Amino acid sequence: MTSPSDFELSRRKLLAGTAASVALTAAPSIVNAQAPTIAEQNAAAGSATLKVSFTVNGAARDLTLDTRTTLLDALREHLHLTGTKKGCDHGQCGACTVIIGGRRINSCLTLAVMHEGDSITTIEGLGTPEKMHPMQAAFVKHDGYQCGYCTPGQICSAVAVLDEIKAGIPSHVSADLNTPVQLTSAELRERMSGNICRCGAYSNIAEAISEVAGRPA
Amino acid sequence: MKSFTYERAQSPAAAAAAAARHPDAKFIAGGTNLLDLMKLEIETPAHLIDVNGLALDKIEPTQEGGLRIGALVRNTDLAADARVRRDYAVLSRALLAGASGQLRNKATTAGNLLQRTRCPYFYDTNQPCNKRKPGSGCAAIGGFSRQHAIVGASDACIATHPSDMAVAMRALDAAVETVRPNGATRTIPIAEFHRLPGNTPHVETALSPGELITAVTLPKPTGGVQIYRKVRDRASYAFALVSVAAIVQRDGTGHVALGGVAHKPWRLESADAQLPRGAKAVTAELLSGAKPTRENAFKLPLVERTLGAVLTEAKG
Ligand SMILES: Cc1cc2nc3c(=O)[nH]c(=O)nc-3n(C[C@H](O)[C@H](O)[C@H](O)COP(=O)(O)OP(=O)(O)OC[C@H]3O[C@@H](n4cnc5c(N)ncnc54)[C@H](O)[C@@H]3O)c2cc1C
Ligand code: SF4
Repeated sequence: MTSPSDFELSRRKLLAGTAASVALTAAPSIVNAQAPTIAEQNAAAGSATLKVSFTVNGAARDLTLDTRTTLLDALREHLHLTGTKKGCDHGQCGACTVIIGGRRINSCLTLAVMHEGDSITTIEGLGTPEKMHPMQAAFVKHDGYQCGYCTPGQICSAVAVLDEIKAGIPSHVSADLNTPVQLTSAELRERMSGNICRCGAYSNIAEAISEVAGRPA
Repeated sequence: MKSFTYERAQSPAAAAAAAARHPDAKFIAGGTNLLDLMKLEIETPAHLIDVNGLALDKIEPTQEGGLRIGALVRNTDLAADARVRRDYAVLSRALLAGASGQLRNKATTAGNLLQRTRCPYFYDTNQPCNKRKPGSGCAAIGGFSRQHAIVGASDACIATHPSDMAVAMRALDAAVETVRPNGATRTIPIAEFHRLPGNTPHVETALSPGELITAVTLPKPTGGVQIYRKVRDRASYAFALVSVAAIVQRDGTGHVALGGVAHKPWRLESADAQLPRGAKAVTAELLSGAKPTRENAFKLPLVERTLGAVLTEAKG
């Protein structure tokens, strides 16, 4: 068993190790240049960088990124918006869900450079602790989480789900494709199936969303 | 992920030409399959051509009375289109049975057709896999093969094609429109688009290098009751063990295509001809020559029962 302090120790060691290896890879280009740009360093390491500009939570952002950077990593590691979480990093769990132009997507399965000019909303943009979005408030009220890791993705997804229903987009459980979507519990649950909660807080999550949707769970 | 350079394509022909200039290039659309595979270094393009800026995101009527679906139409938009819901319900239903809301918002028509198998050994780079590394062998043969093909497989590969959308398109007799690097366009019937594995399981479609999909066309609506039934391990957000796309007319004739059983959407016109005689007769024809493994032999009765349920539902 590792005690919490062992964990802290190994975590610090790990961080130190990472810093050292970054210094090592950067070394060759530093030797013969005074102040290499990020682009030059990356070119030496065999990678490509590009500029990209988009809006995050209403603020214009310009970044120069390795082309491999996912939108998720750009948000977390470059813009330090760590509300959006990295779960599986393969589009299977939904923890990385953000809203782009009103539509929810998995930010782990898209490249940042593919979002030139886009308008991105993360959990930080939906509301603040002082001024919560109604969906955030409902999750708190109904205890729609345990550990909280999947929660930002659940909330972003839930906000977009209600818009999808309003827009008349059908789902797998819609009984009739040619009549307006009914706001049932089965509809909400099916539409939220791309957000996994390993604590299993599903029934409380469903209650929170139902309340905002204006229907009994 | 391996490093790559990146460009945004300005026109379909320019995209195809750029692909010809960079032999290691790949097009990227929604990215939901390609990036997944690039993270695992199963796909290692040296150059990405982003096609998202191309004006291929519309659904328009064709002169023949059908629909032309742009290659970049998102799965959500295709499933929700009023004409598709009314006249091609099997396609809406198949799309809605696939992936999650987030993924369908990104996934495109062309990308969905070209998504690669979910064979776990294809994903595990420590295992031999003829599709990932030609000539290395097939770990699924003799391995865990519950999800794998029961018809049309070969000694080189027993993988299935994972798309739900493609199964409905096969039942609907869709066609794939493309442009090649030299600017030439062509139309490939969906029946000839996906290939059986044979000795070259890494060659999955009829596309030539650099060829860009521009649209998928659907013929004039044929009416009938249209049903997509997907059987899977969870009620939502899982790939099919077996799926049935059916279009059944009032006189009992129609079209049936299967998903989850072969390297491509599986339809035989000779099996369609058996439709008036019922599920048993259709299944016997569709699965004649089936070679299941011990682990996936359950798919044979599952196909017959699923088709039986679909035909009962179609009678109303
Ligand atoms: C967790 C998870 C669950 C899923 N569940 C299902 C499911 O149940 N059913 C299902 O059917 N699918 C499922 N999918 C797969 C999903 O449908 C595909 O990932 C998606 O359709 C791919 O589309 P895309 O636009 O993102 O393709 P991309 O990833 O962008 O591209 C895929 C391939 O197509 C090529 N390509 C793209 N556009 C063109 C073009 N115009 N011309 C030529 N080549 C092109 C690319 O080069 C690449 O090789 C799931 C995916 C995930 C991650
Ligand atoms: S079944 Fe096909 S994809 Fe799977 S391991 Fe064998 S060759 Fe590879």
